[in-house]
Amino acid sequence: MAMKPELMKRMVKGPDGLEFEVEPLRDYYCEAPPTVMPAAYIKIVEDLFNWARAESIWILGFGTGCGAIEMRPLMTPRFDAYRYGVQWRPTPRQANLFIISGYLSTKTLKRAIRAYEQMQNPKYVIGLGSCTINGGMYWDSYNTIKRLDDYLPVDLYIAGCMPRPEALLSGFMDLKKLIRAGKGEGANKYVENFDWYKANQKRVIHDWDMPDYNW
Amino acid sequence: MSFDWMKIPYSLLTLFIVVNYGFLLNALIQKIGARVGRRHGIPIWQNYVDMIKNYGLRSSITHGVMFYLGPVFRLSGGVGLLLFVPTIYGSYMFSNLSFAGDLILALYFVFFGTLGMALGAGESGHPHAAIGITRGLSQMTAAELPFGLAVFSVALQYQTLSVTEIVAAQQGGILNWTLFTNPLAVTAAMLGFLGSMMRPPFDVVLAPQEIPIGPPTEYHSSYLALMQTNRAIFPVAKIVIYMNLFFGGADDWLTFCFKVFLIYLWSAFVGVVFPRFRVEQSIRWFLVWAVPLGVLSIVVV
Repeated sequence: MAMKPELMKRMVKGPDGLEFEVEPLRDYYCEAPPTVMPAAYIKIVEDLFNWARAESIWILGFGTGCGAIEMRPLMTPRFDAYRYGVQWRPTPRQANLFIISGYLSTKTLKRAIRAYEQMQNPKYVIGLGSCTINGGMYWDSYNTIKRLDDYLPVDLYIAGCMPRPEALLSGFMDLKKLIRAGKGEGANKYVENFDWYKANQKRVIHDWDMPDYNW
Repeated sequence: MSFDWMKIPYSLLTLFIVVNYGFLLNALIQKIGARVGRRHGIPIWQNYVDMIKNYGLRSSITHGVMFYLGPVFRLSGGVGLLLFVPTIYGSYMFSNLSFAGDLILALYFVFFGTLGMALGAGESGHPHAAIGITRGLSQMTAAELPFGLAVFSVALQYQTLSVTEIVAAQQGGILNWTLFTNPLAVTAAMLGFLGSMMRPPFDVVLAPQEIPIGPPTEYHSSYLALMQTNRAIFPVAKIVIYMNLFFGGADDWLTFCFKVFLIYLWSAFVGVVFPRFRVEQSIRWFLVWAVPLGVLSIVVV
């Protein structure tokens, strides 16, 4: 595993002449492993939360492939996804839904994993387009992943090449039903099968220069 | 010194009304903005759902003590601003905790939340948060200048620092409002008002399309929910001050809602018409157009 030089442990001289040791992977990242987060104890509270989660879906504004272009019309007057409580957030900390929009190159997969791990539990993943299901037209490409489900826990696939914005809207409606039924537990599934996911991710990402878990 | 204990539940009642009115008003203004863009926009209750969802998130991470305190400071800035000025003129129930020098305290509370936010966002260690808060503080300072000058002008005009007395002096007909007795100060203050409402053309601080998304980049779950609650209280609280100082205050909740809506609509109206300023452009704009008006209003008074 080739580590970039700026990520190596090294001595740094501060502006006041003081020398101190910097270990980027330990100092800049939180290394605490993820844990399974249980639902609220009282069922009616969890139901209320699930209803709120379903009616307030915040999407991470991160487009990976050609499918990202299908998300833009949803913000415009023609489709207007805001009507259904779907909004876009620019930071993974505040987002709940990660749409992998189309093919995912291994280089982007690394960023997608980091962004996914920075999102807060509960979080959902939608695979948009055929490429996330079986590779689609990139089925024999050397640098894209074929099955998204091997790397991130997918809640819902929207098939097509490309699916129209209407298909995305109907996908949101289906996701709402899943969340309201309490089936949107992808974050916990990720934690339970953490080793399996990490092994799969490391098999395709050769320059793994980050900790195993980015928060 | 005697303290009237009944003031506490009455103030909490004011707070409750304002929180709910603020949530609905924010959504309504957002809807109006969406209608201008020919969209329908969010449902009117969306802000409530977002808040429940954020409180209901299962995990949250922290970056230290100030990271916790940032949203708390911000919320206390909004609540403090609301509680120390009279909401409804002439009403014992909704005069809150106003006292003789409350105008100075209110000026302080307007800035308090931003400063708390600066500390909290600074501790998150995210570069976007640091850039955002730098922009926010510079723009806020420039926008506060004309407002501060206008407040001094009004205080000089009525020879008092009590919001209640300023409202009392404006009673008896629309022509007694500061809007007509001291139009220069009101103009300066209303220009400054645009800068503090986080709507275009002065929303570069929080705009998602700029550095995403400024100070709250690292804030999530309950922290963000606290800040959302403040987003409902603070604009209304700030507008209450404007209403009291310049537009004759309100005698009942109906007048209150109407005037607050109209003053809020002023910023929304400007927001949908004009594109976004960069920070240095907005600061220059405040210094060139708003501050001289404020100075002039003091000179004239």
